[in-house]
Amino acid sequence: MNPMSNTVPCRKMFTDTLLEMARKDKNIVVVTSDARGSVTLGDFASELPGQFIEVGIAEQNAVGIGAGLASCGKNVFVCGPACFYVARSLEQVKVDVAYSHYPVRILGVSGGMSYGALGSTHHSLHDIAVLRTFPGMHIVLPADIYETRRLVMALMDYPHPVYIRVGRNAVPNVHDNDKIDFTIGKAIRLAKGKDLTLIGTGETVYHCLEASRKLSEHGIQAGVLDMHSLKPFDAEAVLQAAEESGRIITVEEHSMFGGLGAAVAETLVQHHPVPVKILGVPDENAVAGTPLELFRHYSLDAEGIVKTALNWLRA
Amino acid sequence: MIQKLTLQAELVRKRTLEIIYGAKAGHTGGSLSAIEVLTALYFKVLKLDPLRPDWPERDRFVMSKGHSVEALYCVLSARGFFPDAVLDTFGQFNSPLFGHPTRKVPGVELNSGALGHGLSVAVGMALAARMDKSSYRCYALMGDGEQGEGSVYEAAMAAGHYRLDKLTAIIDRNHLQISGKTEDVMTLEPMAERWKAFGWEVFETDGNDIAALLDCFERSEKVKDKPKLIISHSIKGKGVSYMENIAKWHHGVPNSEQFELAMKEIDSRIEKITH
Repeated sequence: MNPMSNTVPCRKMFTDTLLEMARKDKNIVVVTSDARGSVTLGDFASELPGQFIEVGIAEQNAVGIGAGLASCGKNVFVCGPACFYVARSLEQVKVDVAYSHYPVRILGVSGGMSYGALGSTHHSLHDIAVLRTFPGMHIVLPADIYETRRLVMALMDYPHPVYIRVGRNAVPNVHDNDKIDFTIGKAIRLAKGKDLTLIGTGETVYHCLEASRKLSEHGIQAGVLDMHSLKPFDAEAVLQAAEESGRIITVEEHSMFGGLGAAVAETLVQHHPVPVKILGVPDENAVAGTPLELFRHYSLDAEGIVKTALNWLRA
Repeated sequence: MIQKLTLQAELVRKRTLEIIYGAKAGHTGGSLSAIEVLTALYFKVLKLDPLRPDWPERDRFVMSKGHSVEALYCVLSARGFFPDAVLDTFGQFNSPLFGHPTRKVPGVELNSGALGHGLSVAVGMALAARMDKSSYRCYALMGDGEQGEGSVYEAAMAAGHYRLDKLTAIIDRNHLQISGKTEDVMTLEPMAERWKAFGWEVFETDGNDIAALLDCFERSEKVKDKPKLIISHSIKGKGVSYMENIAKWHHGVPNSEQFELAMKEIDSRIEKITH
């Protein structure tokens, strides 16, 4: 199947898989804050109303309620736009979930710059930076629908609190099916390369893969590492990539500060220093545009990555 | 029973002052105002087993006003959740007892201390109880200054909407917060009417009188189909004459003479109760 032909957004794959699981497991509870449309929870809400809690536009309450449900043994998925859950209700995530260590799953949909021209109120380009400093909080950004499906399954008995970020629109597939070696905390190596390694997370992984293909036409072997888990962070995979290829480009739909690039650089600078370039959103509020326009503007798409790599390798 | 619990509260009050004095730190005033309500809960109202703090059918209690942790620790220890000697580590390096509650301490349900969180968590617990058709009740103790946090009203709205009659919120209404009188800092009245408007049944009681508290809890539990709020009218710094109703004792620590005087006052009341 042509990877570009996928029309299912990751949020839809997430909620479809969750509904499938929740039919068999009454312990699964979804909490949302007037976001059943945004999250694609309509089917879940109508089919399993007893496992669905609407709190209205009240993210702080949603997270607190989630912690209370989890403390009583429920497998809780608090779902809504990423921008609100990692800002408005950040203290509840910090205290009630991470510090209290209740295994609540915060599903942040339409993350990063998915909302495009709606502006910075609706962007979540700080979530990785903030949440990775909360002890006990795990962070996963699946790259495509197959990783999303496997992630939901992995969350059926995962004893830690987890933040999941997915985008709004359907994204091209990285994998052919869900028979992949997916474990939270373990990076997936999608391509091997001796000249450099491209490390992506979430939606940028596909663009890294495309960039690697394009770079091969220039005789450059670029490895690709799919860092779906930002925490636990697979430092070993990063070190191996650095040893094999000697240079790294990280690509993230996130601030250049404190995210994937920072995590990679922190690892390398202490254990195996190699040159690193960090592609992300600079210290500015993103300009208006569609997500694809914004990816292009900030060099997060395949073309931008190729250009960065060629300029760097030919310098 | 009333006499026994009144005595228990005074013993807890003494221990609370001892650990604050020992640590040279603590939230004294709000601990003292809440001692009777905590004693009533842990020694009579709550269904619990100190030897099985994770017993699934236990009643849930969330200490939303986490800064009054010294009183909570002393009540939990007196109730048998952990040995009294552990209390002496309060304020020491690497003590399991932080200055706000953590789940490392047996009997604590939530890490708290940031205000305006506890009621939402208790709402979640009450929803879980309903889903599981369990009979346990859920309680959250808030401060009156805490009523300034907007998140309290998100939780109040949801509890009213879902008619959570297994949920009881308590406000330790001592009328003082760190900067002074609550009504000078921010108008909280009419407190009862506000909560009624959110769909709650509201009760008011003397928060430093065990008999009145027990009666109030009993009456409140009979109300069906609505969450319950108990406005527990208390005195900040209750039980130590020079601390009562003085805002600076919010986190004031007594010096040695003040400490001795406090002990003397409590001892003389204990003597009266026991003789």
